[in-house]
Amino acid sequence: MSNERKADSTAGASQSRDVDLEKRLDQLSQALEKEKDGLNGKTRAKTDSSGNALAMRLGSEFVAAVLVGAVLGWGLDKLAGTAPWGMVIFLLLGFAAGVRNVIRASTNSGLSGGRSDDQPGGER
Amino acid sequence: MAASADADKVDPIHQFAVNNLVEFGEFGGSTIAFTNSALFMVISVLSITAFLLLSTGSRGLVPGRMQSMAEMSYEFIAGMLRDAAGAEGMRFFPLVFSLFMFILFSNLLGMVPYFFTVTSHIFITAVLALLVFFTVIIYGIYKNGLGFLKLFVPGGVPGYILPLITLIEVISFFSRPLSHSVRLFANMLAGHITLKVIAGFIVSLSTLGFVGIVGAILPFLLTVALTALEILVAFLQAYVFAILTCLYLNDALHPSH
Repeated sequence: MSNERKADSTAGASQSRDVDLEKRLDQLSQALEKEKDGLNGKTRAKTDSSGNALAMRLGSEFVAAVLVGAVLGWGLDKLAGTAPWGMVIFLLLGFAAGVRNVIRASTNSGLSGGRSDDQPGGER
Repeated sequence: MAASADADKVDPIHQFAVNNLVEFGEFGGSTIAFTNSALFMVISVLSITAFLLLSTGSRGLVPGRMQSMAEMSYEFIAGMLRDAAGAEGMRFFPLVFSLFMFILFSNLLGMVPYFFTVTSHIFITAVLALLVFFTVIIYGIYKNGLGFLKLFVPGGVPGYILPLITLIEVISFFSRPLSHSVRLFANMLAGHITLKVIAGFIVSLSTLGFVGIVGAILPFLLTVALTALEILVAFLQAYVFAILTCLYLNDALHPSH
């Protein structure tokens, strides 16, 4: 009795199996797409929120530019004998370059991996 | 007595000492030798090779665990490079992938007790950063000719201030390898010293008897937490190095501001 019923139901299912399968495949691919989107969004948010890395990056960008300015100025003084003016001027320029670096690093948000200067002529 | 002897032994800097393992002779007054640093570079390169070869050996259509790790690392870097430098940037994929994997494996191997951390020496990170720096300059000039110099001349700046801006841009450009290398080196060095100092507290305190052992629980917990943090930093710094490499390569490919 119960066996018969079971066979009946499977026979009924086999007719609509193709439609069913297609529907399920559709659902699956939609779910996968959603999952993928969600995953990407999550990883991006995670890397964005790693403030430690961003802070380290901004700090080192700034310090590096000041140091390079100082070294360039010092070298110029050594070569041209213009001490202390080369160092004074290049230290200030290095400071400006450091600020520029920090602004660029924070607005470009290089850590998120996005290319914000995609559009041609876009100011970075 | 024992406490002072132990306290003398806790030397957080000693882990960074470079020793000659095999000496090949002298060249120009300096010894050419195979050092422990070189040994760990070889180990990290061998483990990268082993990881990638073994994990991709099966070439399953449905990847297993190891294969999906290898595929993830490929797609991670490929996506990063494509985002940052566009489709043309993919010609630098071998460079960026090698740099990322080398730094990642060196950082992670450095977390193993008694292992040497290759990336905790500024010499190594500076060479890696200069490699990227000169790749950018040489490829930029090869591809764009003098157009590469547009990198230093941002658009939309009034003429009277342009020389100043150009000078600032040049300094900014030359500060790149410095910040690029110092960041990785400083993170690894500082992390390992912190870990060693805090772990040293456990040893020093536990020689003080019962009170000391109870007191050593805090640095012990800290050491566990710091180890986890350091593993995160190991990933993060490899990632940061790679993403900045991508951004710099983007300048070589598209120098216009």
